[in-house]
Amino acid sequence: MGYLDHAATTPMLPEALDAYVATAREVGNASSLHGPGRHARKLVEESRERIAAALGARPSEVIFTSGGTESDNLAVKGIYWAQRALGRNRVVASSIEHHAVLDAVQWLADHEGALVTWLPVDEVGRVQPFEAGDDVALVTVMWANNEVGTIQPIAELAAGVGAPFHTDAIQAVGLVPVNFAASGVSALSVTGHKLGGPAGVGALLLGRDVSCTPLQHGGGQERDVRSGTLDVPAIVAFATAVEHVVAEQAHEAARLSHLRDELIKRVREVVPDAVLNGDPVDRLPGNAHFSFPGCEGDALLLLLDAQHIAVSTGSACNAGVAQPSHVLLAMGADPVTARSSLRFTLGHSSTVNDVDELIAALPGAVERARRASR
Amino acid sequence: MAAARAVEAGLDVTGVHLALARNPASHRTGARGCCTIEDSRDARRAADVLGIPFYVWDMADRFHDDVIEDFISEYAAGRTPNPCLRCNEKIKFAAVLDRAVALGFDAVVTGHHARLDGGVLRRSVDPAKDQSYVLAVLTREQLDRAMFPLGDSTKEQVRAEAAQRGLSVADKPDSHDICFIADGDTQGFLRSRLGSQAGDIVDAETGEVLGKHDGAYGFTVGQRKGLALTRPAPDGRPRYVLSITPVNNTVTVGSAEALEVSTVEGVRPVWTGSAVPDGPIECHVQLRAHGRPIPAVVELAGDRLTAQLRTPERGVAAGQAIVAYQGDYVLGSATITTAGA
Repeated sequence: MGYLDHAATTPMLPEALDAYVATAREVGNASSLHGPGRHARKLVEESRERIAAALGARPSEVIFTSGGTESDNLAVKGIYWAQRALGRNRVVASSIEHHAVLDAVQWLADHEGALVTWLPVDEVGRVQPFEAGDDVALVTVMWANNEVGTIQPIAELAAGVGAPFHTDAIQAVGLVPVNFAASGVSALSVTGHKLGGPAGVGALLLGRDVSCTPLQHGGGQERDVRSGTLDVPAIVAFATAVEHVVAEQAHEAARLSHLRDELIKRVREVVPDAVLNGDPVDRLPGNAHFSFPGCEGDALLLLLDAQHIAVSTGSACNAGVAQPSHVLLAMGADPVTARSSLRFTLGHSSTVNDVDELIAALPGAVERARRASR
Repeated sequence: MAAARAVEAGLDVTGVHLALARNPASHRTGARGCCTIEDSRDARRAADVLGIPFYVWDMADRFHDDVIEDFISEYAAGRTPNPCLRCNEKIKFAAVLDRAVALGFDAVVTGHHARLDGGVLRRSVDPAKDQSYVLAVLTREQLDRAMFPLGDSTKEQVRAEAAQRGLSVADKPDSHDICFIADGDTQGFLRSRLGSQAGDIVDAETGEVLGKHDGAYGFTVGQRKGLALTRPAPDGRPRYVLSITPVNNTVTVGSAEALEVSTVEGVRPVWTGSAVPDGPIECHVQLRAHGRPIPAVVELAGDRLTAQLRTPERGVAAGQAIVAYQGDYVLGSATITTAGA
C-alpha cells in the first residue's frame, strides 16, 4: 500500500504514541488543585515549554486548541474582534488560504462587518509584498500552502505591516524552519496530526501583547483565551512530536526533498505532459503537485485507490462534490486544468517503495482517466 | 441493497453516489430519498458496512441539461415527460455507464425493481414496485452493461434484508415523485421556469370557452381536477383535458368518452426483447408508469412504432413511453407522439 497523502495526515511517531498511551493511563484534570491535578498541570506546562522552545516562542505564548481549524478560527475571529473594538475592520488575507482561514474571513465579511482585501498570488502561488493601511485589523498569510506546497517569505511579508499578522503554519512546522519570534508574526497556527502527533490537538502561538477575543468561554484556561479542560495525553504526545520533528527538520527535509525530486522526475518520465504546479524551488520538501492534461483528478484518485495508492486531489469538498481548487484558480489555472490535478505528499514514513508503486500504477491510470473524460 | 447483493455475488463493487442537484439540501424532507447530503452520507455508510470503496460523482450539469431542461421543454411543447425514464436513458446508463466503462468497470448495478433474464428486461417479481417501464427505453448495449439485483425480491423482502444487514437504508422512504422538485409542486416549478401564459380552456364539441388557464404547460391529458372551469359544460358532465396545443396556448377539454384512444403512435423506438419483428405482433402495451397492460397489436416500421389497442384507453399523454410487453418481458418501447380514436 502506497500512502502519498501525508499532507492530509501522517502516521503518529512511535515516541508520540508511547507518550500518549503512557499519559492516557493516568488521571488528573490540569485545573484541579490536588496531587493528580498538579501532576497533570506539570505535564501540560512541560509540554508548553517544549513546544515554545522548539518553535521560538515563550511558554506563555502557546495556547492549546483542538487543532488547526480552531487555531485558525481563534486567530482570525478573535484578533479581528479585538481590533474592531479599536476601530479597525479590514482583514487582508491571501487568496490561497486553507478553508479554515478562508471561510472564517468570509464569515466575518458576511456577518461581522469586515472589509476584506484578498491578496493575489503569482502563477506559482507566491503572495506579493503589500502595504497595509491604518484600517487593517488583521493580515493572514499561510506559511506554506497545503495544496501546491509553495512557501511564502513570511518574515519578509510581516516586516513593517503595522497590524497583527497571523500565519497558518500547519503544513510548515517540521518541514521548514519555523521560528515564531524571528518571523515577526503575531499569531501562528500549528496542529498535531500533520507532524506525527495525534489529531484533535493543536496550538495557536499568540504574542503576549496581542489581544484576542475568546470564541469559547468557560473555565478560563489558556490565558482566558480558550476555555476547556485540557487533553493532557494529546498535549504531551503533541509536544513530543513537535520536539522530534523540529530536531530532525534539516535532516528530514533533505531526505524528503531528494525523494520528492525523484518522484517528480519519474512522474515526468512516465507522463511527459504532466505539469508541476507551485514554486519549483520554494516548496515544501514532501510536496509534488501535478496537473495531468486530459484527466480528471477524481478519476485518477479512484483508479489509484483501486491499486491501494492513496493520493489527494488536494481540493476541498463542497456538498460532497469536488470543486475546482481555489488555490489553482487563484494561480491563474482554468477550471478544467484545476480539476485535472493531483497532489502527492511524502512524510516521515515514506520510502522509495512508495514512489516505485506510484510510478508503476500511474501511466495506466492516466491513460484510463483520459479515456473516461473524453 | 443492490450493492450488498452484488458484493455477495462475489463481484468487485465500487459504490457511487450521484450528485444530481447543483445546490443539494442538507437533509431529507418529505418522502424523497435520493439527492440530499444526508442521502449521500447514508450511501457512504452503507458502503462502509459492505467494505467497498465509495465516491461521489458530480453529474449535476448533465442532469440539469439532459433531464431538467428536457422536462421543462417537453411540458412547454404540450407533452408529459417522464424524467425518471430520461435519467435512466441519459444519466445512469449513459453518462455514468460510459465513465464507469472507461475507468475499467464492467457494469452499472442499480436498485431498480426489474429483472434481466438472458439479457431481456423483465418485470420485477413485485408487480407493485415494478420499474421495467422506466427502464424500457434502454438499448440492448445499455442492458448488456446493467445489473438489477433486486428484481427477484419484493420491496418487503429487500427492506427486511437491509435491516438484517444493518444497512440504514432499511427505513428510508421510498423515492418517488420528481426528485428535482423538492416541494412536489410541479405546476409551481413549471410556472417559475416558463412564466405565466394566460390562455383559454375550450370545449372540444362546442368550441365554447369554458375557462382560463395561466399556462397550458400545467396540464396533462386525462386530467380532471384543477381545471377551474368558470362555466359548466353544456351537458353538465365532467370535463377532462383532451389535448394541449402550445401554438395557440389552448387546452381542449371534453367528456370521458372523448378521451378514449385506440391508436397510439411513438417515435425513437428501441426493440430489445426479441428479433426486430417484420410485421404486426400481438402483445400488451403499457402507456404510463404504473399503468395497466393493455392488449394490442404493435407494428414497428422504421423509426415509428404503432399500437392498435384491443380495448380503448383513456388519458394517453404524448411524451410518455409506450412499452410493449410479452407476458412480463419487455419487447421494446417508444416515445408517444399521438394518440387517437
